Amino acid sequence: MKILIKNGRVIDPSSGIDDTLDILIEKGKIVDIKAKIEDSQAKIIDATRLVVAPGFIDMHVHLREPGREDKETIETGSKAAAKGGFTTICCMPNTNPVNDNRGVTEYIISEAKRKAVVNVYPVAAISVGSAGKELTDMVDLRDAGAIAFSDDGEPVSDSNLMRRALEYSRLIDVPIIDHCEDKSLSQNGVMNEGFYSYLFGLTGIPPASEEIMVVRDLILAERTKAKLHIAHISTKGSVEFLKVAKEKGVRVSAEVTPHHLILTDSCLETYDTNLKVKPPLRSKSDVDALVDAMKNGLIDVIASDHAPHTEDEKNVEFDFAPFGINGLETAISLILDHFVNKGVISIQRCIELFSTNPASILGLKNKGKIQVGADADITILNLHKEIIVDKNKFQSKSKNTPFHGWRLRGAPVMTIVNGKIVWDER
Amino acid sequence: MAFNHKHLLGIKDLNKEDILTILDTAESFREISIREIKKVPTLRGKTIINLFYEPSTRTRSSFEIAAKRLSADIINFNSSVSSVAKGETLKDTVLNLEAMRPDAIIIRHPASGAPYFLTTFCKSSVINAGDGTHEHPTQALLDALTIRQMKGDFSKLKVVIAGDILHSRVAKSNIFLLTKMGAKVVLSGPPPLVPPEFKEFGVEIDYNFDNALKDADVVMMLRIQRERQGKNFFPSLREYRNLYSLTPEKMKNAKKDAIIMHPGPINRGIELSTDLADSSKSVILKQVENGIAVRMAILYLLLGGGGK
Repeated sequence: MKILIKNGRVIDPSSGIDDTLDILIEKGKIVDIKAKIEDSQAKIIDATRLVVAPGFIDMHVHLREPGREDKETIETGSKAAAKGGFTTICCMPNTNPVNDNRGVTEYIISEAKRKAVVNVYPVAAISVGSAGKELTDMVDLRDAGAIAFSDDGEPVSDSNLMRRALEYSRLIDVPIIDHCEDKSLSQNGVMNEGFYSYLFGLTGIPPASEEIMVVRDLILAERTKAKLHIAHISTKGSVEFLKVAKEKGVRVSAEVTPHHLILTDSCLETYDTNLKVKPPLRSKSDVDALVDAMKNGLIDVIASDHAPHTEDEKNVEFDFAPFGINGLETAISLILDHFVNKGVISIQRCIELFSTNPASILGLKNKGKIQVGADADITILNLHKEIIVDKNKFQSKSKNTPFHGWRLRGAPVMTIVNGKIVWDER
Repeated sequence: MAFNHKHLLGIKDLNKEDILTILDTAESFREISIREIKKVPTLRGKTIINLFYEPSTRTRSSFEIAAKRLSADIINFNSSVSSVAKGETLKDTVLNLEAMRPDAIIIRHPASGAPYFLTTFCKSSVINAGDGTHEHPTQALLDALTIRQMKGDFSKLKVVIAGDILHSRVAKSNIFLLTKMGAKVVLSGPPPLVPPEFKEFGVEIDYNFDNALKDADVVMMLRIQRERQGKNFFPSLREYRNLYSLTPEKMKNAKKDAIIMHPGPINRGIELSTDLADSSKSVILKQVENGIAVRMAILYLLLGGGGK
């Protein structure tokens, strides 16, 4: 079936397009883009006053399947993505069993084929069992469909293992994604270390815990010339070191989450376990540095780090709750409201962060752009629509959001994946 | 005298007037404990639950005696013999206890913020009897009552708090209270246990214990938890004792009439020399005695409609 998106403001940072155009989609591909297209057989979508963007990509989500289907499944996570405006998601390997072998990778891909409504790319583990000892069969995993490698949830503590992973990854030139955390410094911490951790009596995680690992990884990436991607960067110091490395030409990219751009450690006053996350919410000066880095291009990507947890698990004392924020269905509205509609970043920059850049980092050649021949993955946004975040209307199986009840302006209203409308809330 | 609080979660939530109300009320209750019949009917018919998830003798029995002297019915929930052992969550435990319609739940818990968590679903008054490394408000109030009895006006006082500040809920509540009341507070201890960020609470830090003690009116020693040894907050108990043990020699730095306080239990010969603990400068047992009056005041103000 053909789809014709009419009168939308089409923005494609990869080609510099920002114009009122029509887009014709057929057999999962974009087949025509121009000012006026007529096609009597196509289903017409009126995108007047809407922004038509290349499909948004969330390169950091936890789908929990296999193993914790009570929190999320590939199916429900993909629906959450569709509702949230994402056409592609990359799922982290910290499932049970860990995605460290072809069997698990193939399982995820086949489940996604049967049940997912968006594109799902598995990220495979760097080390067997993500235990930080032996490398996985990275080439075999890539051949099975893994798009990147990470031990996310756990840092790669052993520097030699990280060195070897980066070196070996050059065979396939896929990104190594690191969750930067020196566990000897973070220990049993539950929030950012500083004035507020002392005020609330909660054990601190010092910024140095992240920064030491960021610096280590940058040094190793420089030496190995491999592709390094820093997950959920959260401190001012990390951003400063990232800047130095990028200026030296290190092949590094970095992502930031909406919660690290918007919330600070002072929010934990309520002991709301939905604010318990790793890395922890940092101080105001860290947040300011992250926003600047997102603005000026130092940070390449916004990723949700969607980490669903059941209400029972979160309904406990702060110390005992698991880390993680449910992010797929709030990420885009949070960024549109806080940064695009307030004039901090342009809508073009927003689309780069959510689509152009992740596609390029992940080597997805036919995604992240609106061009003839590209995959028909489209995210349509209404920059003026007001929404109230309601966790009870989440498609995700879990409801662990600190943003319930927030009033936000700007929202994804339609998600098209491979030429199919998978979410329509215009 | 207005006291418009449903819960007592921390000193943080109280203003100077609230604190004075509690201290004045406590002062008026002291007399009951020296009567021949140590009981008044003020809280007759009220049910109070002591919910303790950490070992405690002093605080738990102090609350129990305070409740009994006001004629309230109090029961002790002992976590080691309860359904906690069967893996019941705190929320479920408290919802079950609440179904028995208590008027107040006094909670001590190893997780900071646990009393705040209770208020999100509890109907009864919640009283914090110590949560993690966060606050221990009744301890700070009984310390304040003791200081006021011994020294009068807070605003003219220099109070030194020494030891494991980082992990001490007693230190935290005392810092909040004493700074609100206008006292000058100086912290001392090994740097890993006294982070510089504490200055943002309006206190001074002096890592040199002798300097910190200069002209002090009140010296409050904290228990050094032996389990911290080996975690590199300080090298050894020997080194700790050499630097931060309060001895008669060190005490010479303080004012002649300075008093020594300790929330207990004391490690004799470690943070505090036995000579000083048993000397006339020590008000440690007076603190314990005042604990009853302060807890009676809290129960009265929260449950007796005292200020409303």
